[in-house]
Parts: sequence; C-alpha cells; structure tokens
Amino acid sequence: MTEKTDVQIALVHAGPSVLVVDDEQDFVETLVKRMERRGFKVTGVGSGQEALLLLGKEHFDVVILDVMMPGMDGIETLREIKLAWPKIQVILLSGHGGEEMGIRGMAYGAYAYLLKPVALKTIVETAYIAFEEAGVR
Amino acid sequence: MSGLGLKGLGAKIAITALSFSLVPLIALGVTMYSMFAATYNSKVQTNLATLAENKRQGIDLFLREQIAQLRTLAYSHSVKDLSSPELLESILATMQLSSKTFIDLGLINEEGVHVSYSGPYNLSHANYKNEKWFNEVMLRKVYVSDVFEGFRGFPHMVIAVQKQEKGKVWILRATIDSDIFDSLVRWLQLGDLGDAYLVNRAGDLQTRPRFGNKSRDIYAPLLGTPFSGAKVMQYEADQKEIFVGGIWLEQKEWLLVIEEDKRGELQPLFKTRMATWGVMGGGFVVIILGTLIMTRMIVAQQENAGRQQAQMNEELIQSSKMAALGKLAAGVAHEVNNPLAVIREKAGWMRDLLEEEDVKASPNFQEFVDAVDKIEQHVERAGTVVHRMLGFARRMEPVCNDLYINDVLKQTTTFLENEIRFRNIELIWALNPDLPTIQSDAAQIQQVILNLFNNAIDAIGRNGHITVKTGYEAETDMVSISLRDDGPGMDKEVQRRIFDPFYTTKNVGKGTGLGLSISYSIINKLGGSIRFESEAGKGTEFIILLPVKHHD
Repeated sequence: MTEKTDVQIALVHAGPSVLVVDDEQDFVETLVKRMERRGFKVTGVGSGQEALLLLGKEHFDVVILDVMMPGMDGIETLREIKLAWPKIQVILLSGHGGEEMGIRGMAYGAYAYLLKPVALKTIVETAYIAFEEAGVR
Repeated sequence: MSGLGLKGLGAKIAITALSFSLVPLIALGVTMYSMFAATYNSKVQTNLATLAENKRQGIDLFLREQIAQLRTLAYSHSVKDLSSPELLESILATMQLSSKTFIDLGLINEEGVHVSYSGPYNLSHANYKNEKWFNEVMLRKVYVSDVFEGFRGFPHMVIAVQKQEKGKVWILRATIDSDIFDSLVRWLQLGDLGDAYLVNRAGDLQTRPRFGNKSRDIYAPLLGTPFSGAKVMQYEADQKEIFVGGIWLEQKEWLLVIEEDKRGELQPLFKTRMATWGVMGGGFVVIILGTLIMTRMIVAQQENAGRQQAQMNEELIQSSKMAALGKLAAGVAHEVNNPLAVIREKAGWMRDLLEEEDVKASPNFQEFVDAVDKIEQHVERAGTVVHRMLGFARRMEPVCNDLYINDVLKQTTTFLENEIRFRNIELIWALNPDLPTIQSDAAQIQQVILNLFNNAIDAIGRNGHITVKTGYEAETDMVSISLRDDGPGMDKEVQRRIFDPFYTTKNVGKGTGLGLSISYSIINKLGGSIRFESEAGKGTEFIILLPVKHHD
C-alpha cells in the first residue's frame, strides 16, 4: 500500500466523489466537512434507503457505509449497491466490531472493513486507494 | 465439598454398615448359642435321668436277687437242716463260691434267738427280740436293713426273710458285704468327677461315696416323700457346680443319688461357646476391616468425584464469564465506538479549523492544539480497550500452522530482551529439544506468551529469574510450556480472580485486566488449557498445555 499523506491527497484535483452513509448524524456531518477540506467531493446521508435513492440520481466513486443502521442495515445496502452499481467501491465502517460481519461484507464485494473509532487519515487513504484501484480496473 | 463433610459421610457409612452387619451377627451368635445351650443342657439332664433309672434297676435287681436267693434257700431246706451249723456252713460256702455277697447266714427262731449261725463272727447266741428289724420281718416277711454297725462294729446291711414251718415262724437272715454293695452302686460312673451313692429317707449315707465328706445339701431337696421316676437338679456351691440326679429304689426306701460334674459334662458346650466367640470375633474383625476398607474406598471416590465436580464447575464458571464478557463487549462496542467515532471526528474537525490563520494568532492556540491532541489520544486508548474486549466476541478460526514451540518462545522473547536486561532479570531456558511440532496458531500463542512474560516481569520488578521450560506429555499427546518467575507470588484471593475479565493488580491505567482472560480464551479455543501454581512469597508458575494436533 502506498503511503499517502493528508497533504498529497488534498492536492489531488478533482478527487473521488464520496457518499457517506451513517445513522449517526454528527459523525456524517463532521466527516463530510473534513473530507471536503481534503479535496473530496462528499455527500452524507442517514440511511441505506436514502443512499440508494441518491445513487440513482448522482454518480459516486466510493461509498463509506456504516454496518449497524436501523431499518436497512449496511450489509443489505451493500448488496443493493453492488447489484446496481458494481463499479462503486464500498468501504464498510463498523462500531460493532464483529470479525464475522467484516468477512461477510468482504464476501459481498466490499473493498475494506474499518473499525470505529478510526482515524480520518485511514478513511481518507482507504477511500483514495479504493478509488485509484477502481480506476485501474 | 469440604473434607469435614466427607469424614462425616465416612463415619455415617461405617456406622450404618457396621450396625447392619454386626447386629445380625451378634443376634445370630447369641440365639444359636443359647438354643444349643438349652438343648444340650436338657440332653445332659435327660442322660443323667436315664443313667439314674438304669442304675436303680440294677440295684433293685441286685436286692431282689439277694432276697430271692435267701427265700429259695429258706424254703428249699427244712428248719432241721438249717438248724445244723455244719450244714449252714456248707450252704454259705457253696453260695460264696460264685459271689462273696453274703458274709454270713443265720437262722433265728420266733423268740429272736440265733438257732444256728455260720460266718466270721461269734453271734451264735445273740438275741434280736428287741431289735427293730426283727419286729419288721415278723410283720412283713421280708426285710432289708439300712446300713448299720450293729453288734459287729463295722458297716453292713442285713436281709432277712420269714419262713413258716409246722405253725412256727423262723427267720433266715444274711449279712451283705457293704463293700460289694458300694462298688455295685458306684459301678459305671460317668465322668472323672462323677459319683453315685445311696441315702435313706433320713438322709444318712447307705453306701460310701467315691469322695468322702458328702454334703447333705446336695441331695437334701430330693429327700422327703419318695417320688416315682428320676429327678435332676443343679447344685452350685463354692467351686462346685454339679448336676444331681435322684431316684428312689423300689425294693427299699433308699434314694439313689448320682452326681455329675457340670464342667465335665458340658465340655462340648463350652467348646461350642468358645467356637461361637471365635467365629463372632473373627466375623467382627472381618466386618470391621471390610467396612473400613469399603468406607475408605467410597469416601476416596466421593472425594475424587467432588474434586472433579469442583474443577468442572470452575471451568464452567470461567467459560460462562467469558461468554458474558463476549456479549458485553459486543454491546459496549456498538454503544461506545459510535460516540467515540463522533468525538474523534469532532476533535479532528477542531484540529482542521485550528490550522486557519486567524486562530493561529490566538495566544491560546497551542493550548487548543494540545487539548485536541489529548482528546484524540484518549479516544484512541478507549478504542483499544474496546477492541481488546472484542477479542472475545470474535469467532475467528485459528490459523493452523506447524509450529515448533521452542522457536515460538525464543522469537517472542526477542520483543522483551531490552526490558529484561534493563530490569536485571535472568532468563533461564530449560527447553526440551525433542519437542514435537504442533499444529496451532502462532500469532495467538505469541500473544499469550507475551502476556505471561509481561506479567512475570511486572511481578519481579527488578533482579530475579524467569525460567522457561517445555515438555511433552505422551499420554495426553500435549506439549507443555511452563513459565516460572521468582516474584512475590499471589495470595489466595488474587489467585481466585486472576482469570476474571477486568481484574488487575496493576495501577489504574497500567493494565486493562484483560490479558489473562484473553489468554485463557485463546488457549481454550486452541484446544489446550492454562493453569498456574502460586504461593505468596515464592513466585508463580504458569503452565500451558497445547494439543499436538488440534481439531476444532
């Protein structure tokens, strides 16, 4: 994995467009603001349904998806996304921390599985690399 | 289960078993013996009665014979013949040819005067007119006297028969040798100490007993009115215990007394009693020994079962603690990690904002930066704790590789070399070079060993020894790893809780209290076991057993 610093990523012009899906509104809000500062085009939504609606209207390169959400959970959302837009890279984010969940997620085609609380640097790097690898493919 | 409770159990079993086996034994012994004793006693008494009956018949027969002989003599000869001393002499001589029973023979007329006499004494002209026996024989025709000394001055008895000839009454009188009569009575005694003799109604001895000085008390209860058949009594006086049989003669009012030594007669009974005691004593010993052995076996087995039960319970409690912690961890992870993530992002956002120009100019800028740093640092710490806790909840399959435990141990200690050297701790290796390779998860074993090493180093502090030992147990096909430190050891309270989640002896912030509980669940998952031996003041040894092949 290539080491990318915050600054390097921020310098990227026209970075990947990212959709953040998490029922924790404070988290979404802050993550969106911080990633925008680093040159990403970021949108946040609070549920799996909203995410799917939005994906139907707009193009995103990477989706950062919380696993434990009321209603439609992360794994279900992931399956729907992968069915409709297989090229979108999905990064799972979980506070629950079940390894099992991670393995299931990866099996359904998630790009990565991160445990909360996670450093922004890690999220940003993972999202960037996911975007780059998607481009290569 | 406490040892005291088991001792009580042992005593209860022993008492119950003993009472259920000894009581019947005693009852059986006593019943058998008393029945035998009663039977035997009555048999001895019956025998004695039979003997008395037989003897009486013999004596009666003897007397009858003597009387008959005398009467025959009286009637087969005329008075004239009998009056001749020469002829009487020859008759007596003829009679004495076959037996010396008769000592003398005399003919007495109705005046009581000896008409003729043949015998060793000079009684030719003795007059018996006023003698009691003379009147008796005149009245009843036959007379048998008591034993008396009479004119002769020595004991004898007299038989007299009446004879009538030509309107006159004559009396033929004979003296019977007391010795011969004595021996007849005494003949065929039973035991060594047995005796037989005759007494008259007044209780005077009529024959000489075998042993002199006969006490009247022995036969006194049999005296009085003659009874038919034999009576048997028991006589007990100082030192003397005898059976006394009594029977009255038919020919004369004499009582035949037979004595039998009780001890001699009851010899078989005493032998039986001894045998009974012997068998009962033997039975006692065997039963008591058997009961003790059995009790001991039961108690030992119970103790064993109790110990196993306790161990199983302990393991059950331990694994249920782990399961509870797993659930707790999963719950806590969700509830805590989300807020932590938010806090982290907010702090990060603050840091982002602090990079703007106008804030940098603020005099408190550095304070803000430090505060944000600290917030992030501690969120990190909290996150680490939660992630460790999640170690329980994870159901990850162990990655199985071929491992040589000695290598794993050596590798693991390289992480700690500096620490060990800095603390002046000596590492002693006692590794078994013939250890088989095992199939297990190296990373997880390393985590456990690292944890144990850290604990040992913390326990020692400075200046001490850690001994690392490995071995192979063929019978269970397990590899053992032992880690012994010579630190302060643990007291019982600590020992009881060291595998409990969140239990720590370290200062706040220094340890999470999860190391040993995680180690425990790791080793469990790998199919092995972990235990320890510790004594306050003498250090601690942890022993890990791992299966050579782990099939989960």
